[in-house]
Amino acid sequence: MMTTLAFLNGVDPWIFTFSLITVVGTVWMGFRSAKTSKTASDFFVAGRSVSVGWNASAISGEYLSAASFMGVAGMVMSVGYDALWYPVCYACGYLFLLLFIAGPLRRFGAYTIPDFAEGRFDSPVFRKIAVCFVLFIGFFYTMPQMKGAGTVLAYIFKSVDLRGGVLEFLAPHNAAGQALVGFPYWAGVVLVGAVITLNVALGGMKGITLVQAVQYWIKAFAISVPIFVLMAVFGFYNGQLGANGANATGGPTVERKALVEKAPTDTAWIAPFGPLTTKAVTAAAAKLPAAERAAFLAEYQRPYSLVYTYSLIMALVCGTAGLPHILVRFYTNPDGVAAKRTTMWVMILIGVFYVFPPMFGALGRNFMPELYLGVGAKGTDKVVLELPTLLGPKYGVLGSILSGITCAGAFAAFMSTFSGLLVSMTGALAHDVYGRMLRPNATPAQRLTAFKVSAVIIGGLAIFLGSKVEALEINFMVGQAFAIAAASYFPLLFMSVWWRGMTMKGAAAGMLGGGLLALLAVALTSISDVAAAGAKKISDAGMLSSYWENHSLAQSLGEAWVHHPLLRILCEQPAIWAVPLAIILMVIVSKATSSSVPADIRMKMLVLHAPEKLGLKQEYIQEHQVGAGH
Amino acid sequence: MSTPPPPPDSVHSEEFLRSLMRRQLNLSVACAATFLVVLLGLPLLNYFAPAFMATRVAGFTLSWLVLGVLFFPFVWIISWRFIRRSIALEEAEVKSVKR
Repeated sequence: MMTTLAFLNGVDPWIFTFSLITVVGTVWMGFRSAKTSKTASDFFVAGRSVSVGWNASAISGEYLSAASFMGVAGMVMSVGYDALWYPVCYACGYLFLLLFIAGPLRRFGAYTIPDFAEGRFDSPVFRKIAVCFVLFIGFFYTMPQMKGAGTVLAYIFKSVDLRGGVLEFLAPHNAAGQALVGFPYWAGVVLVGAVITLNVALGGMKGITLVQAVQYWIKAFAISVPIFVLMAVFGFYNGQLGANGANATGGPTVERKALVEKAPTDTAWIAPFGPLTTKAVTAAAAKLPAAERAAFLAEYQRPYSLVYTYSLIMALVCGTAGLPHILVRFYTNPDGVAAKRTTMWVMILIGVFYVFPPMFGALGRNFMPELYLGVGAKGTDKVVLELPTLLGPKYGVLGSILSGITCAGAFAAFMSTFSGLLVSMTGALAHDVYGRMLRPNATPAQRLTAFKVSAVIIGGLAIFLGSKVEALEINFMVGQAFAIAAASYFPLLFMSVWWRGMTMKGAAAGMLGGGLLALLAVALTSISDVAAAGAKKISDAGMLSSYWENHSLAQSLGEAWVHHPLLRILCEQPAIWAVPLAIILMVIVSKATSSSVPADIRMKMLVLHAPEKLGLKQEYIQEHQVGAGH
Repeated sequence: MSTPPPPPDSVHSEEFLRSLMRRQLNLSVACAATFLVVLLGLPLLNYFAPAFMATRVAGFTLSWLVLGVLFFPFVWIISWRFIRRSIALEEAEVKSVKR
């Protein structure tokens, strides 16, 4: 036993134990609840019987991803005030969901969002378009979770030495083919991917509801307890912020370590319109002759950063209300009123959670400035995992225990978000593609098998894609998924719930136009960013950046951004034009094709908006049962 | 599950649907407007009154305190009010039909 575990030398036993408990506990809960999942309805919508408390915990557990758990703290630390919009809008996006979408969507009584898309417009074609978007947004959102899993596992086992043993092939290798100390990135991706795929295939939506709900509470515990201990030792939130800035009066302050040169200045960090929103103009100014720089900055910096801020707010708020893997959970509520109550509790649960990550950011800035020297996962992104180790010298093992707790929280974060994504994508494949398009007459048993097979296919694909994205930034990938969801699903749901004049062609035009243009815009910025990362050799970007580094498209894009910083901002944060564009397209095309509004639109609208107590929902399903074979 | 009694015909009338959607949308829009005024007003305050928003309140800048801490309870209050009024609205609708 001792010899087989010898390679664990140098791994913190507390971090290892807590992470192991989280993973094993997840598998155990998955097996346990799998026994109760039997029918197709259990697998797709958890039998529509999840209570408000469980469902709110499960939705919160699913929503708080790697980006929330580690990325938000890292961003607050690296860019300051502007990054606060992320946690605030992640939480407040649910208000839009609550006000306009949650109740009606649940009343419609579908299994998946593509179900709603087809049912609302009586159009099988539209189901296909909607399925493509579910899968597409899902994979975009999956990759950062996988990346998080890979980097955290590599972090835990960073001092493992696999060289010279039977496991040498696992060790990371350098360019010359020599084995190095450490743990491979892909191992974490495979581990987390396999565990969750197993859980979903065994228990479906009902199986993961319990797991996700428990994981919310693990995450809430893992983010709050360590920070309270840290603040008790190093000074509270207000004191940490009080230490930043020249006018640092009016409150307690703490003694902090000297900042490194790469860190933003105190004023830029604590005030609005800091490095995040001004970087396009700053980059443009750097290319100008020195004499013109100050005037250029004075003229453009603040107005453009206001545009950036508004576009970011729109992307995050509308994107939250349009994420398919979140929306699908609303179908697990017993009725529309429960859907609304669930949403309110979700806002409270995630709001409480999101107060904490910025505290890690503020403490990290004051006490771990050396993290500014690294980039992404090697720098500020790991502040949540590293910060508790500050307690080491003074309090010994306490630092390790708290660090172990935050690592366990990080594991819970990727696992629960990936479970949700996997269920929604599996549902799209098994229910919409197999059950509705390929084999509409499949028996319930065949549908169940289809669900399990689809879970394995999607899980395998996600593991493969996840192992290829080590170079990309977690927050950046999540931001792209939000921008695309904001410009496609949010306008679709909002308009088709509240405007009865909407036609299938209008909906498709708006969703495709807004979604694809937003995708194109963010793709352009990521091409030039990846190329720039390759040119500066700041990241271990590998293949992707060496391909784009000398590509003429990347170079001309780089030129264009320098001359037109506003264009760069509008491409990086497309929501400010893409969301209105999608809505305008929907209105214009629907007006032009107004003859194709479904004939029974009044009935559909009644089902969406009338209280369940009037008994209209049952009536609707009976009407359609004969033809559609529900 | 027992089949509910068929709803009276007034439910299927155009007027009922219109008033139903209008009342629910009015409530949603009123709540959304309260939220948006604060959400979209905050960047404007930061832009036009930077010195005021940088005032220190027990270590926080005013702007950080509003966005990083106070914003969450503000949204909870809106959603709580919305839920209460929306449930009351639905009950009133059911009553008006059954009468």
